[in-house]
Amino acid sequence: MTGASVLAVQALVKHFPVGHGRAVKAVNGVSFQIERGEALALVGESGSGKTTVGRCVLRLIEPTSGAIAFRGDDILTMTAEQFRGRRRHLQLVFQEPYDSLNPRMPIGRILDEPLMLAGRGSPAARLSRVHDLLDMVGLGRSFIALYPHQLSGGEQQRVGIARAIATDPDLVVLDEPTSALDVSVRAEILDLLVDLQARLGFAYLFISHDLTAVRRVCQRVAVMYLGRIVETGRTDEIFERPLHPYTRALLSSVLYPDPAREQARFLLTGEIPSPIDLPPGCPLYARCPWSRPECDLSVPPLEALLPDRHVACFRAREENGIGPR
Amino acid sequence: MSTRSVNGSVDALLEIRDLRVEYTRDTGAIRVLDGVSLAIHPGESLGVVGESGAGKTVLVRTILGLLDPPWRVVSGSVGYQGENLLAQPESALRRVRGKEIALTTHEPRKHLNPVATIGDQMARVVQAHRSASRTEARARAIELLRVVGIPDPELRLRAYPHELSGGMCQRVVIAMALAHSPKLLMGDEPTAGLDVTISLQILDLMRDLVRDFHSSLLLVSRDLGVVAHYCQRVAVMYAGQIVEVAEVPAFFAGAIHPYSRRLLRAAVAATSDRRGTLSSVGIRGEGRGASCPYARRCPVWIERCTREEPPLELVASARWVRCFRHAEITAGLEAP
Amino acid sequence: MTARVLRSVTSEARHLARFSRSRPGFLVGLGMVALTIFLAAFGPHLSPYGPEETLPGAANLPPSVEHWMGTDISGMDVFSRVIAAPRIDLTIALVSTAAAFVGGVVLGVISGFFAGGRGIWGRLSATIVRGADIFQAFPVFIFALALVGFRGPSIQNVIVALAFLNVPFFLRLTRGAVLHVRERPFVDAARCVGGSGLRIAFVHVMPNALTPALANLSPTIGFSILLASALSFVGAGVPIPTPEWGSMIAIGAPNMMTGQWWTALFPGLALGLTILGYALVGDGLRYYLDPVNRR
Repeated sequence: MTGASVLAVQALVKHFPVGHGRAVKAVNGVSFQIERGEALALVGESGSGKTTVGRCVLRLIEPTSGAIAFRGDDILTMTAEQFRGRRRHLQLVFQEPYDSLNPRMPIGRILDEPLMLAGRGSPAARLSRVHDLLDMVGLGRSFIALYPHQLSGGEQQRVGIARAIATDPDLVVLDEPTSALDVSVRAEILDLLVDLQARLGFAYLFISHDLTAVRRVCQRVAVMYLGRIVETGRTDEIFERPLHPYTRALLSSVLYPDPAREQARFLLTGEIPSPIDLPPGCPLYARCPWSRPECDLSVPPLEALLPDRHVACFRAREENGIGPR
Repeated sequence: MSTRSVNGSVDALLEIRDLRVEYTRDTGAIRVLDGVSLAIHPGESLGVVGESGAGKTVLVRTILGLLDPPWRVVSGSVGYQGENLLAQPESALRRVRGKEIALTTHEPRKHLNPVATIGDQMARVVQAHRSASRTEARARAIELLRVVGIPDPELRLRAYPHELSGGMCQRVVIAMALAHSPKLLMGDEPTAGLDVTISLQILDLMRDLVRDFHSSLLLVSRDLGVVAHYCQRVAVMYAGQIVEVAEVPAFFAGAIHPYSRRLLRAAVAATSDRRGTLSSVGIRGEGRGASCPYARRCPVWIERCTREEPPLELVASARWVRCFRHAEITAGLEAP
Repeated sequence: MTARVLRSVTSEARHLARFSRSRPGFLVGLGMVALTIFLAAFGPHLSPYGPEETLPGAANLPPSVEHWMGTDISGMDVFSRVIAAPRIDLTIALVSTAAAFVGGVVLGVISGFFAGGRGIWGRLSATIVRGADIFQAFPVFIFALALVGFRGPSIQNVIVALAFLNVPFFLRLTRGAVLHVRERPFVDAARCVGGSGLRIAFVHVMPNALTPALANLSPTIGFSILLASALSFVGAGVPIPTPEWGSMIAIGAPNMMTGQWWTALFPGLALGLTILGYALVGDGLRYYLDPVNRR
């Protein structure tokens, strides 16, 4: 764990018990680091565990095991009280723009609350800060008196973003921030996120199932499947040349709004297996077109196949034509 | 606003004319569909795109007469095989639903009976339009499940919806929809909420089945990518109206209506890493008199747009646009 | 801030007015409730005779011009007592319901928000629920009787008994709503911005979980009036000379046999209509407050 990293997650595990000694193994040993001002995406479909990782990082859920260091301090060993003081540096933007806002609170109060709880000066000073926040996210000051239901989805999400950056956090976790928005609004929210990061310098943990959304915002991507990271690397490099079969399938499943752009399909067969009964070997074994019997024997570790590219697949080296180390 | 069939051709399978639907509340009535005219031909796949609130789901439900108060049809017709479906009694409609025109919706699990097995539900669907014994219905159910790609269909008959994944549930719903080889399959956002890798499987399945059965497909979606790859024609809805109809290659090469263009630009922007300058802040789309519903947001509006409502006009071969300024846009003089 | 409150109150009032026009039952109920409130305020002043004034030689007189509802066995004018009684009954019902509402909502929020937790708050939540279970296990009337029996019949004791009785009701309604509301993302958001448990529970969750309890305020008031009258009927509530519909029915009941129907009938009618009125208002409000029907 380097001194400069804002977030360092080590061997994170989260199992949700469901009775009879069984558990939903949502997260199974995830490790990654985010440096100051960096944007890392955690990409995966349902059951990948990405949302659970995000919730663990914010301690909205308590992990089963593992370590999470925020700005160098292990936050899992802190008491709830101690951590509450840290929360102002570690914020979350939610997936549901409307439901993440208290329907009975006017916008002004929603934005004032984090400031008030962080002891950010007099009500007048806080009001001034609220005005600044609204400006920063492209909303006018008149929004202060409005209630959430009076705003459009895009505007509601801007409020959610404003609330997240209110206390100058070091890390903002974005949990599918555009998935619930109409297509016409997604791009502008993503652009806003990029702008804010450029101006204010915080780090992002961008959780999404949509690889194309993370492309605009994140320099690095970690692809997750059934609770494990299966590929990490730079976003543009992964888009250009995905090495892990799951990443390839994800990328080739994107339907671009251009009928002429037919993609070579890399298809996975079948369904995502249940996270309760995980297979003993590679989690993708049953669906992967490259799978061999050896793949079911043990879980492939993350290895560096290329500089700055880690892949967890026994077959990836051979199938991608990469020579031995 | 009575154009002849929106396609002008005689062999439309389903023809919607000037449909107006309202939603009544204590505070007054809201016009949810405001003069929708659309035609679908045998064997074609038509995509209907629009954002939330455009009226797409209401349109689909109106076709099958599935509207309950406080929604109600104010005027218009839905022509199918020479009859206006909206004027038919419930008994006649029941013969059409599921047999001639079938519907799949998003959130398939919600549309399955949670306390009945898949086998029971499928058997009931089979027996709804065909006199079949239990064994015959069961055999047909297994066959259908196989067709939609569900492994071990005999075992699945005894499963309950909550035991199946979202993708499986959607396959079951599709199987039910296709049980009687309908002439028209309507899919209301069939891949909403499904994982990306599963979505492709479902869409491929729908496309192949529709082709094998020689049916038509009406695909409602908010995702232009889906329409680009699975539909031959596209109709864009905004505020309860159809604002543009075009063939897919022509549409994606260059949409004409300002809203279509905005939608297309945003869809492209959302899937690329190029930056844009869009903003939707502060735009309210409520309440207007006789004027173009998009006027308030339109970058190329003229005074006429605030006084008159533009009609849906045929501007080129198989191309309809509802905009006074379509000529200038097509000629490249304006680029909204 | 007051300007904002005023604005939202006036817009609510307008919505309510429009709503009432379309539901005649609600208007009727509203009228009856208004009447009882009016009588509670001015009843004793408007009565032609003193509510506890016994008129010598005027016992058991049938309804006439001087006594619109006749007189009872002690010579008290029934009409005067009927319109004076709402002050007592309504006071009892309002105070006890208000107390039960406050107590029930607070306990409901605590027990709902911390339900399932492992620390001290979680255990408190479980205890509260068990306590409510025990309370509700007793038949309502017996319980009220017992409470009043303990402390003797008086208006204060009736209020206390009824308040106690209705707490578990509001508690459960609120707890149910809280269990739902606490799963919503904005509650997590409140935690993320640094709110403590109690703050989130009362500032964020409670205002969004009040609807079921509010919708049931009116019917509970009606029910409390009934219960207070029932207690008085058996002599365990408001002591005798004080005008109260239940005790009036008790006084007049034996007379039904001997043909003096008016002493029991009029208070009985008044009671029945009043409870109906509150129930109608409650029904209407419940429909009005249902989020499905709003906006």
